[in-house]
Amino acid sequence: MTENVSHSTTGEAERTTPGVSEACHRFGITLEDYLLPARGRISMMAPDGSLLPAEEQGTAPGHEYPRPSNERLLEAYKQLVRGRRINDQNAALVRQGRMAVYPSSHGQEACQVTVAMALEQRDWLFPTYRDTVAVIARGVDPNEVMTSFRGEWHQGYDPHEHHTSVEATPLTTQLLHAVGVAHAARLRGEDTVVIALCGDGATSEGDFHEALNFAAVFNLPVIFFVQNNGYAISVPLASQSVAPSLAHKAVGYGMAGERVDGNDTMALLSVLDRAVTLARGGSGPLLIEAETYRMQAHTNADDDTRYRESEEVAAWRAKDPLLRLRAYLVNEGLLTEAEEERIAAQAEETASALRDAMNADITPDPLELFDYVFTEPTPQLREQRAQLADELARDQEAEEA
Amino acid sequence: MSTTQNEHLHAGTPEAKQADFAGVGSTARGAHVDRPAPATHVEAPPAGPTSFAAALNTAMADAMAEDPTVVVFGEDVGKLGGVFRITDGLQERFGKDRCFDTPLAESGIAGMAIGMAMNGLRPVIEMQFDAFAYPSLEQIFSHIAKMHNRTKGKVKLPITIRIPYAGGVGGVEHHCDSSEAYYAHTPGLKVFTPAGVEDAYRLLREAIDSDDPVVVFEPKKMYWSKEQADLGALRAAHGTEAATRTEGSARVLREGSDATLITYGPSVPTALKAAEAAAEDGLSVEVLDLCTIVPLDDAAIEASVAKTGRAIVIAEASGFASVASELVARTQERCFHSLSSPVLRVTGFDIPFPAPKLEHHQIPSVDRILDTLDRLTWED
Repeated sequence: MTENVSHSTTGEAERTTPGVSEACHRFGITLEDYLLPARGRISMMAPDGSLLPAEEQGTAPGHEYPRPSNERLLEAYKQLVRGRRINDQNAALVRQGRMAVYPSSHGQEACQVTVAMALEQRDWLFPTYRDTVAVIARGVDPNEVMTSFRGEWHQGYDPHEHHTSVEATPLTTQLLHAVGVAHAARLRGEDTVVIALCGDGATSEGDFHEALNFAAVFNLPVIFFVQNNGYAISVPLASQSVAPSLAHKAVGYGMAGERVDGNDTMALLSVLDRAVTLARGGSGPLLIEAETYRMQAHTNADDDTRYRESEEVAAWRAKDPLLRLRAYLVNEGLLTEAEEERIAAQAEETASALRDAMNADITPDPLELFDYVFTEPTPQLREQRAQLADELARDQEAEEA
Repeated sequence: MSTTQNEHLHAGTPEAKQADFAGVGSTARGAHVDRPAPATHVEAPPAGPTSFAAALNTAMADAMAEDPTVVVFGEDVGKLGGVFRITDGLQERFGKDRCFDTPLAESGIAGMAIGMAMNGLRPVIEMQFDAFAYPSLEQIFSHIAKMHNRTKGKVKLPITIRIPYAGGVGGVEHHCDSSEAYYAHTPGLKVFTPAGVEDAYRLLREAIDSDDPVVVFEPKKMYWSKEQADLGALRAAHGTEAATRTEGSARVLREGSDATLITYGPSVPTALKAAEAAAEDGLSVEVLDLCTIVPLDDAAIEASVAKTGRAIVIAEASGFASVASELVARTQERCFHSLSSPVLRVTGFDIPFPAPKLEHHQIPSVDRILDTLDRLTWED
């Protein structure tokens, strides 16, 4: 897209897009300073919930972030409590053998709820299998999200209803789908912003490169949000990348990158809000790396004691995103005991609905297997459907006899 | 997409959340959109000798003119018109939003098509060559093929994937694969492969119209072969009741009573020549062009074999675990009592596609088909 390339006034060719140039101008910084992440990771609250002084927030000129409103932080807290309850309820259901599998985002809930809060209803979210809490925060019915983990059908909700795609199981493929939704939106004249989620391991996949490059070349409003939780199943980040940070990868695509404390709800909201505003305004895509931690094993089938020390897990427990925001809100007098009880009760309602759905013992109709391969079954699928129907009928007869 | 892009962008832009960025949020910069008026008065190509390439090009142009959600993209498809010129003129006529080049990345092309289809468009993507499509297979197998199923039809992906395929053009390595079996084996993908000029038009139009993803395999050696065709009449008939659906309907290209040649794509002209040669020896050979591998017209195969009692499957791809294998298996299963002979195959050997000076050994030939006809049991 050579027509997008602009040249600096010094006469030296500086390849960038008008949207990126505009952002550099707005923040009064050079292209390099805009594209590269700030010196440190952006953080606003200490683990004890106290506000960090400006010089400890990891910022740099042009990378300063305003504090989100109290209302927004309270809403985030409400969602965090619910998200934690969903994670723990589902993990319990798996332990009881009532659910097939659940990749928990315990410890990553701040990332989960803030990506949903940063978007408008008309925007799109592209989640992975570990982003159930984010999907629910977008408004999807928890029971519909859990359809796949209950083993009834591969996906259970309508992505169009809440502009939230299916949870991607193959790694990184969803980033390109996010690029396509943004591309179509632009061609249709809509100002949709898309947030695409992936993990640290996913940045090693080829589709990560293709998605970031496509989004940049077509100047699309996609925010690539990497939850760096330290591990791709058992493999630590050091074995995935030796880049200074994952956010540094952005500069190679001509997009801005930022690193943020993924357990700091306040910092996450600020960085995401600015990214959404920039993307919607035509800056092109952005990359955000959120440093967080997967507090539990990859899934119930994984044994994380084989590859990490309990001291490491304990150190991260002290940085818990929920306790941190709670401490801040309590210290500031923003969270009353009555409000906390109300929030806990609401979270309990969701947990209870999840348990009820699990107990409903839904038996999927086997004949539906043939109904959705194509919009209309082929003659071959009709034959196979008839074969299975016949087997089922004979089973039924045998049972009755 | 018919209203002005900029109007939309301005009208739809919300107030910036933070005052700091109000200026940034108020316009959508970087949306470089040129939107020519839809070209509605393009004359139909004259009836007469028409190339396979022209039929495909006209099919895409007609689909784009009729439906503003149809977009065409891939590598070199814009200004150049594709390395085979199949998209020639589309960018000039429909603008850079609707026919454009992507960065050189096949997984990116297929993956982006998924999102575009999720968001209301009807992408037609070109894979430059058969073997260059392989980086896109994860997107095609894991998402394009399965999305409708995963979501119980809530998300449809009306994507057309065009793949020039097979040999016979003296292509260097990685340019001549017959890769149809990989796609045909994957539930959720339709696989079309036209062998005639009018069918090229019809099948590509049907693929673009389909709400299911369709892989269209274009035999590259046929691109410049011409046949009598009336694309104007096909265009006029398209979408009306007068148009017969080609998807799932095999064509009897030559009637016969002694044996059936079951074939598709680049092997169709060879099969027709073999049937003609066999006729000189007094054999009446029927030639069946499958047109679409998925869905497959079992009924047409059964009807033909019931009549002839003998069949040979001809396909250029390596024979082991191939579409030809499937066709033989189905024919034995379904037509056993009509058969006077085992069903035989003429396929490529199980070797990587050879270099140009050796490719003729790999591609089914008239002689090899005639030899195989001899091997059918003729005693009774």
